[in-house]
Amino acid sequence: MPRGEEGLFRRVDEHARAPVRIEVDGVAATARSGDTLLVALLTVRARLRESEFGDGARAGFCLMGACQDCWVWTAAGERLRACTTEVAEGMHILTSGMPWPNPAS
Amino acid sequence: MAEPRIVIVGAGPAGMRAAARLVEAGLCPVVVDEAPASGGQIYRRQPRQFHRAAASLYGFEARKATGLHRMFDALLPRIDYRPETLAWNVYENVVHLRHGTESEALRFDALILAPGATDRIMPLPGWTLPGVYSLGGAQIALKAQACAIGARPAFLGTGPLLYLVAYQYVRAGAAVAAVLDTSPLAGRIAALPALSARPSMLAKGLYYTAWLAAHGVGMLSGVTPLAITGEGRVHQLRLRDSRGSEQIIACDAVGLGYGLRSETQLADLARCEFAFDAPSRQWLPVTDTDGRSSVPGVYLAGDGVRAAGADAAELAGRLAACAVLADLGRTVRPAETALLRRRLARTARFGRGLELGFSWPARLAGELPDATLVCRCEAITAGEIRGAASTFGAPEMNRAKAFVRIGMGRCQGRYCGLAGAEVLAAARGVPVEKVGRLRGQAPVKPLSISLAGAAP
Ligand SMILES: Cc1cc2nc3c(=O)[nH]c(=O)nc-3n(C[C@H](O)[C@H](O)[C@H](O)COP(=O)(O)OP(=O)(O)OC[C@H]3O[C@@H](n4cnc5c(N)ncnc54)[C@H](O)[C@@H]3O)c2cc1C
Repeated sequence: MPRGEEGLFRRVDEHARAPVRIEVDGVAATARSGDTLLVALLTVRARLRESEFGDGARAGFCLMGACQDCWVWTAAGERLRACTTEVAEGMHILTSGMPWPNPAS
Repeated sequence: MAEPRIVIVGAGPAGMRAAARLVEAGLCPVVVDEAPASGGQIYRRQPRQFHRAAASLYGFEARKATGLHRMFDALLPRIDYRPETLAWNVYENVVHLRHGTESEALRFDALILAPGATDRIMPLPGWTLPGVYSLGGAQIALKAQACAIGARPAFLGTGPLLYLVAYQYVRAGAAVAAVLDTSPLAGRIAALPALSARPSMLAKGLYYTAWLAAHGVGMLSGVTPLAITGEGRVHQLRLRDSRGSEQIIACDAVGLGYGLRSETQLADLARCEFAFDAPSRQWLPVTDTDGRSSVPGVYLAGDGVRAAGADAAELAGRLAACAVLADLGRTVRPAETALLRRRLARTARFGRGLELGFSWPARLAGELPDATLVCRCEAITAGEIRGAASTFGAPEMNRAKAFVRIGMGRCQGRYCGLAGAEVLAAARGVPVEKVGRLRGQAPVKPLSISLAGAAP
C-alpha cells in the first residue's frame, strides 16, 4: 500500500476490539476483530482494486453484497467479496494482478 | 398428507413475520438469508464483537428492532433457518440454494420471496471514485461497522433515508458536509396530505430535518447534481442549486441514493407477471392484496415487491403467510386478514406520499454528459447507451444490453438498470415504460468460487 496514503473510512466507535493482523499487497496492517475486509482495508487506504476497464481505482459501493465492486483476492487466488467477508488473523490479501473471471462464475 | 414445505427467502421484517405466522399454524418453514444474521436492512445486527446499545444503532426504532430480533430468535428451534445461504435461482417448484460452495435444490409447495431492496441510483460524473457509496451503504458502515465513510461526507439524492442517515452520522459524532436533495421543497409540501396517513412517521421525518438544521448541517432542496471530482478520492461535489447558481461543496465522501429499487430477480425467474408502476417509474411484480403472485405457490412480500418501509414489510409478510395457509386449506380468521389489509393500505398511502415528495429525478438521465459511466461494472457510458438507440435502433433494454452490454455486468443491472432505462428512453424520445426492463438471470448473484478465508 502506498506510504502516506490515508484511509477513507473513519472509526467512530467500538475502538476496544482485539487487533487482527493481516497483510495487504505484502504490507502488514492491523484490523479489528469483527471488521469486514472492506473496513479493514479502507481504514488504512483509499482503494480496494483497479477497475479492469481502466477507469481508475474502486473502493466498493453498496456494502451489502449487491454491487460486486469490492472483490479482492487471497494470495492463494481465492476471490473474496470484501464487504461481506469478516477479516481473519493472518489473511494475505492482494488487490491487483489477479485474473478476472467471467461475471457468472 | 406430508407436511407442506414452505420456503421463505429473506429474514428481514417481512420474512421474519411470515415465518412467525407459519409457526403459529404449526408449520416448520425453511428460512434462507444470504446474511450471517437475521434482521434484514433496517434491523441489521452488528457483529458479535460489537457492543453498542440498541438505542444507538436503531434510534426511535430500537424497541421494534430488539422485539423483532427476540421474536425471531425464539422461533429458531421451530424453523429450518439457513443463514449465509443465497437463493440463486427459482425454476418451476424448485429453489436453488448455495451455502459457501455447497449447492442444494429444494422443492417447495409454497415460496415466499421477501428479498428486500437496494438503493436506487442515478449516476453522475465521478460516482465511481473511491469515497462514493450508496446511501444504504453509508448507513451500513455506521450500523454494522461503527465507521463513517469519510471525515466529512455529503449526502446526495432524495428520500427520507437521506435525512435519516445524515442524522445518524451527526449523532455518531461524524461531521456532515451537506444534505443535498434533488426533490423540490414544493413537492414535499404537496405530499403532506398523503404523508399524514401516518402522523408519527411524518413527525419523525420533520424531526430529523429540524434537528439537522439546529445542528448547523446545510440542506438544499431542488438541486441538480453536476459532478463529483477528486484525484483518486472525493474532493468536492459540484451542483446547481434551485436558483440556478453553481455551488461547490467540499467533502471527502458522498452517500448517494434516490429511494429504493425492489430486488425482483427471483420473482422474475419464477415467471411472475410484472407491471409498470407509473408513480415510482419501475416495473414491479404483480400481486393481489395478500401477496399472491401470478404464479400459483409463489408469494411476494415486503420491499421486494414495492419499497414501502419496514412496518409495511412486517404486515405484508404476515399477510403472505396467511395467504399460503388459506391456499393450503388451513383456516385463517377473516378478521385477521381484514385487519392486516387495512393497516397495509394505510402504509401504502404513506408510501405514495413519499414517492410524490421525494420523486425519482428521471429528467437527470437525459442530461448526463455522454462520458458519464452508467454501468460501474463494465464502465459503460451514457453515450454508449445513446449509441445503442441511434446506431443500433435498440427499442428496449434487453436489446440495448445485447448491443452495448448495459446490465450485463456483475451487479446484473441492480445499479444501472433503472437509470439506463431512463437514458435509453430519453434518447429515443419515448416514455420509460416503452423501453421495458432488464430480465433477471440466474444466478442472481455471482456464486462464491471458494470458501477458504471467508467469514466463519
Ligand atoms: C441499505 C438499506 C437501509 C435501510 N435503512 C432503513 C432505515 O434506516 N429506516 C427505515 O425505515 N427503512 C430503511 N430501509 C428500508 C427498509 O429496509 C425496509 O423498509 C425494510 O427493511 C424492508 O424489509 P424487508 O423484509 O422487505 O426486506 P429487508 O429488510 O431488505 O430484508 C431482505 C433480506 O433478504 C435477504 N436476501 C435478499 N436476496 C436474497 C437471496 N437471493 N437469497 C438469500 N437472501 C436474500 C437479504 O440478505 C435481507 O436480509 C433501508 C433499506 C436499505 C436497502
